[in-house]
Amino acid sequence: MARRVMIKGNEAIAMGAIEAGCRYYFGYPITPQTDIPEYLAAVLPKMGGTFLQAESEVAAINMLMGAAATGARAMTSSSSPGISLKQEGISYLAGSQIPGVIVNMSRSGPGLGGIHPSQGDYFQSTRGGGHGDYRTLVLAPSTAQENYDLTMLAFDLADKYRNPVMVLGDALIGQIKEPVELKAYRKKPKAKPWALTGAEGRHGQILKSLFLADGELTDHNWLLDKKYKSMEKEVRYETYRAEDAKMMLVAFGSVGRILRTSVDILRDKGKAVGLMRPITLFPFPTKAVRQTAEAAQVLLAMEMSTGQMVEDVRLAADCACPVDFYGRPPGSIPTPDELAKEAMKVWRKRGLK
Amino acid sequence: MQQVFDRPKSLKDVPYHYCPGCHHGVIHRLVAEQIDAFGLQNKTLAAASVGCSVLMYDYFDVDVLESPHGRAPAVATGLKRAMPDSFVFTYQGDGDLAAIGTAEIVHAANRGENITVVFVNNAVFGMTGGQMAPTTLEGQVTTTSPYGRSAATDGLPIRVCELLSTLEGTSYIARVAVDNMKNLKKAKAALKRAFTYQTKGWGFSLVEFLSSCPTNWKMTAEEANARVGKEMAAYFPLGVYKDVRAN
Ligand SMILES: Cc1ncc(C[n+]2csc(CCOP(=O)(O)OP(=O)(O)O)c2C)c(N)n1
Ligand code: SF4
Repeated sequence: MARRVMIKGNEAIAMGAIEAGCRYYFGYPITPQTDIPEYLAAVLPKMGGTFLQAESEVAAINMLMGAAATGARAMTSSSSPGISLKQEGISYLAGSQIPGVIVNMSRSGPGLGGIHPSQGDYFQSTRGGGHGDYRTLVLAPSTAQENYDLTMLAFDLADKYRNPVMVLGDALIGQIKEPVELKAYRKKPKAKPWALTGAEGRHGQILKSLFLADGELTDHNWLLDKKYKSMEKEVRYETYRAEDAKMMLVAFGSVGRILRTSVDILRDKGKAVGLMRPITLFPFPTKAVRQTAEAAQVLLAMEMSTGQMVEDVRLAADCACPVDFYGRPPGSIPTPDELAKEAMKVWRKRGLK
Repeated sequence: MQQVFDRPKSLKDVPYHYCPGCHHGVIHRLVAEQIDAFGLQNKTLAAASVGCSVLMYDYFDVDVLESPHGRAPAVATGLKRAMPDSFVFTYQGDGDLAAIGTAEIVHAANRGENITVVFVNNAVFGMTGGQMAPTTLEGQVTTTSPYGRSAATDGLPIRVCELLSTLEGTSYIARVAVDNMKNLKKAKAALKRAFTYQTKGWGFSLVEFLSSCPTNWKMTAEEANARVGKEMAAYFPLGVYKDVRAN
């Protein structure tokens, strides 16, 4: 039977990683994700695994690349400024098709910013972030339970697509303490014939992202592009009280979580409001948003930023209905009441009844 | 007839892209000879770096992971931690190791990672067209030090062996050259020692090769070769800097 425990969101990430078979962790401290390395520093060595505090985020992601290149499951975690530094490595992972899990318990920026929860890393996470034409699979949990479940899923997806996968939470998702059901990981890992394990019984093989011959890089990029398109089948999202909704709120992560209460508040007032929460940010649930836009009279994207995901919502809605936006840059966490009030403004502005 | 000279098994039978007179090719051969001698071809994991030697995977018949510029020691750390029984080496130029990758090499060395670093110091950034490197000699003209490297504005060249020798984590550090037969033999011996260190689990080893870059030094192969022995070795003395297991 699954065990239920009361833990911090960050611990749930670390526990999910261990359950999924991750035995190699490389990281560098930064608030608000340091509980992850602290937990793994205590647990991994006892399991015969490796915890290594790198000299920088740059080194950590490259250590991950080395370990993952041998076929091992490896993870690094950080928060916004640290993720900026990891982008060089993430681009190399994508280019060389090496799997790896990167956790971003994002904080506020730009620059040193602050340690408040923020959703300002949406562009950086979903648009590649590093140099070149590539994508990272991005999973956005909104509860400690999802931290645990999606971290396990992240390892599976990384291996399946030989691609970096990011778990994008924020300071709220990492610091919150709530019950988590510790489900057992049951998948059997598949063989990785591409892995570097020494040229035993074969010639040496190469993992690289440099392609110099005429047309070679074009072919490589088309191959990657095909892969990113095939990730469409991994789309995940959740809806809440969506049936008959005239106005659909769209939000991910912590705002998606807060908005469940806002929806209840609005429903109690007799307003037909529902919620759609994308769980995969790349691939974005484009089709589902489009269908939502066709069924509802207005979409309202809400974010803890001045507006990033809303661009994907607008692209997906493709003018099937108006898309409004409420953004709140980081600094304090919006309450359900505040967000319900903002939603009501849009409700009235759009003349909904 | 007895055959006395052959291509090492762990080197592919393909022509090098290196410029005529460049020492990269000779150094490749020396490394491959040791891989063969230690019987490591099926256990070797190499971290290639960025620079003229980025294409080393086209020559070595072993598993190779290409690393971002300067990050090979971190990549090698990951490789070795995940596969402790493998033989892991990085192959890095001076721009790679002593400029952009200074932090990675210092910390991998200080951790005493059980890896071997092949460090090729040709005193310039070769691949990008001969810019000034941290190892460029004082007064040396490069494309980004057109008036000659100046101590006042650019600092003096970094001596990597001396620097890393001060770290408790390092076990074997040597500087060699391949400009003549006598030095080549010493280089071979140093590499053999470095390989011994890793295979015995004795910790971090690094062999620095003073190397020529005739193309960017704008010299003939012979002139460049002679410069290694005269000018370079004068500032970067050859020798074993650290050998913690020497008896
Ligand atoms: C992040 C980054 N910065 C700069 C470069 C461009 N670059 C490629 S090779 C190189 C210098 C390599 O010089 P060195 O390590 O001395 O090797 P050599 O070519 O001399 O063998 C530079 C700066 C790069 N590829 N990546
Ligand atoms: S540019 Fe210099 S280092 Fe590069 S291959 Fe030519 S001679 Fe060798």
